[in-house]
Amino acid sequence: MGAIEAGCRYYFGYPITPQNDIPEFMSREMPGLNGEFIQAESEIAAINMVMGAAATGARAMTSSSGPGISLKLEAISYMAGMELPCLIVNISRSGPGLGGIDASQGDYFQAVKGGGHGGYHMVVIAPASIQEMYDMTMHAFDLAEIYRTPVMILGDSVVGQMKEPLIPHRRPKTEFPAKDWALRGTGGGEQRVVKSLFLGDGELEAHNWKLHAKYQQLQEKEARWEEYETSDATLIVTGFGSAARIAKSAVMMAREEGLKVGLLRPITLFPFPVQAFASLTARCKKVLDIELNTGQMVEDVRLSVARDAEVHFYGRPSGTGSLPTPEELLEQIRRYL
Amino acid sequence: MQQVFKKPAALKDVQTHFCPGCHHGTIHRLVAEALDEFGLQEKTIGVASVGCSVFLYHYFDIDVVEAPHGRAPAVATGVKRAKPESFVFTYQGDGDLAAIGTAEIIHAANRGEDITVIFVNNTTYGMTGGQMAPTTLLGQKTSTSPYGRRSEKEGFPIRVTEMLAGLDGVAFAARTSVDSPKNLMDAKRQIKKAFQYQVEGKGFSFVEVLSACPTNWGMNAVAANERVGSEMCEYFKLGVFKDTASL
Ligand SMILES: Cc1ncc(C[n+]2csc(CCOP(=O)(O)OP(=O)(O)O)c2C)c(N)n1
Ligand code: SF4
Ligand SMILES: [Mg+2]
Repeated sequence: MGAIEAGCRYYFGYPITPQNDIPEFMSREMPGLNGEFIQAESEIAAINMVMGAAATGARAMTSSSGPGISLKLEAISYMAGMELPCLIVNISRSGPGLGGIDASQGDYFQAVKGGGHGGYHMVVIAPASIQEMYDMTMHAFDLAEIYRTPVMILGDSVVGQMKEPLIPHRRPKTEFPAKDWALRGTGGGEQRVVKSLFLGDGELEAHNWKLHAKYQQLQEKEARWEEYETSDATLIVTGFGSAARIAKSAVMMAREEGLKVGLLRPITLFPFPVQAFASLTARCKKVLDIELNTGQMVEDVRLSVARDAEVHFYGRPSGTGSLPTPEELLEQIRRYL
Repeated sequence: MQQVFKKPAALKDVQTHFCPGCHHGTIHRLVAEALDEFGLQEKTIGVASVGCSVFLYHYFDIDVVEAPHGRAPAVATGVKRAKPESFVFTYQGDGDLAAIGTAEIIHAANRGEDITVIFVNNTTYGMTGGQMAPTTLLGQKTSTSPYGRRSEKEGFPIRVTEMLAGLDGVAFAARTSVDSPKNLMDAKRQIKKAFQYQVEGKGFSFVEVLSACPTNWGMNAVAANERVGSEMCEYFKLGVFKDTASL
């Protein structure tokens, strides 16, 4: 719904649990909106269709999960190199391999550290509620267009299949840079080329520095996070997406017991909210990171905290029956407080 | 005096990087002439593939997107669906289209996407140094079939055009060659016919062009050209395999 409100009219996908709600919804909606829906022959084909539509300046998206996202990585790397905007939704499942379909956060490295080749980043956003999923999907398309970059929404089946109230709204009006790169047929004007091959002397190095400058700009301007009860906290709990929801319940329970605990939840995973961690841990010296894996985001937490803050980790690599309870997390909070 | 032979407007006035005797340059020219004759240059979006023809945009004065290896038909699908008023063609080698991109070509064809595919079959991976391709002829030596291609181990050369012609989504499919003036004229005719299908919105059109790669065949230009007309034409029969408008 967020995607449609954001003006996305081109959806290309391939079935995989637990994200089939998205292509099924799009297949119903797109025809009535004068848009296009294709159930492609594979995730590879789907993301390359996104590439083609995006090259014309259209807002296009795909969605998938673990194995499908792995297949898309070559094209995502291409699009980062071609500077093409698009949205990729990963409703992640547990892995590795075929793994399982339960909520998991095993894809953090793949999403944030440039799972594909060549050293690129894409913007990665991790919503923790239905409302945020909706709002951030619109925001994702805007960021993609402003920075000319692929953007990923990283969710899981907890956020992906949750039933929660949603307040739909219009997209805020934003000024976008002119699409003077989008293919349209020359129309007698200058030729335009969308490509990622640069063989001239020094050309590719210059291109990489340009991408690097874009990533720095994103880091300075576009990091987002949520803080809850952090002002007097002596322990900061952190985590993203569905892990952060469970962690928030645990923090609330801790507060009821009078424990000085707060929550810092990164909403963007790239750019990572380094600033927020650095400033909070200048005062509060203990961090507890909670993830549904054996420790991925924790590496970025460690790099972001002030020098003498302690970082503890509690993780459950998920599978059936492996979702931690708030009580279980409260135990961990008590342990490190 | 009247000028009887000139560079098509859709081609830029630059020297190509192709080896002497390579047919890519000739095929570029035929495609450009067809674009000119239909007045399509200004509304065309070309999709380049990965192979010796990756630099399509250096030679054609048209908008171009560069697809990952094998994925040109999927990229072209995205372009055409988002911009149905544009004229969209892919230009792909046999490694690109008949090996890594098999799924994409079959399904774009089967969906009847309104695009045109120019398929350049030189029975080898030209760009990467002459390895075996799905179209490599039996007995043909390549850098990865040093004893010649054996059907027991490497299977048979794929006849892509015949295979695609069997799909209901395909409107037009032909195999052509540019080894002789006669074949070249016919290739031009078939490319134009394929373009006509798209111009009229009549669905997926496909033209295979048999092509020489003297460098990787270890032949001079003349011998390579002769091989196209003899060995290749013998296995890969020229002709129109599907022409729905004439049904
Ligand atoms: C995913 C991937 N695998 C392999 C390659 C390397 N590669 C580049 S071109 C090519 C083969 C090209 O052969 P063909 O399509 O027949 O074109 P030709 O050069 O013969 O015209 C290969 C394997 C690549 N670029 N990407
Ligand atoms: S390697 Fe072969 S296909 Fe490539 S330019 Fe040379 S002759 Fe042509
Ligand atoms: Mg080839």
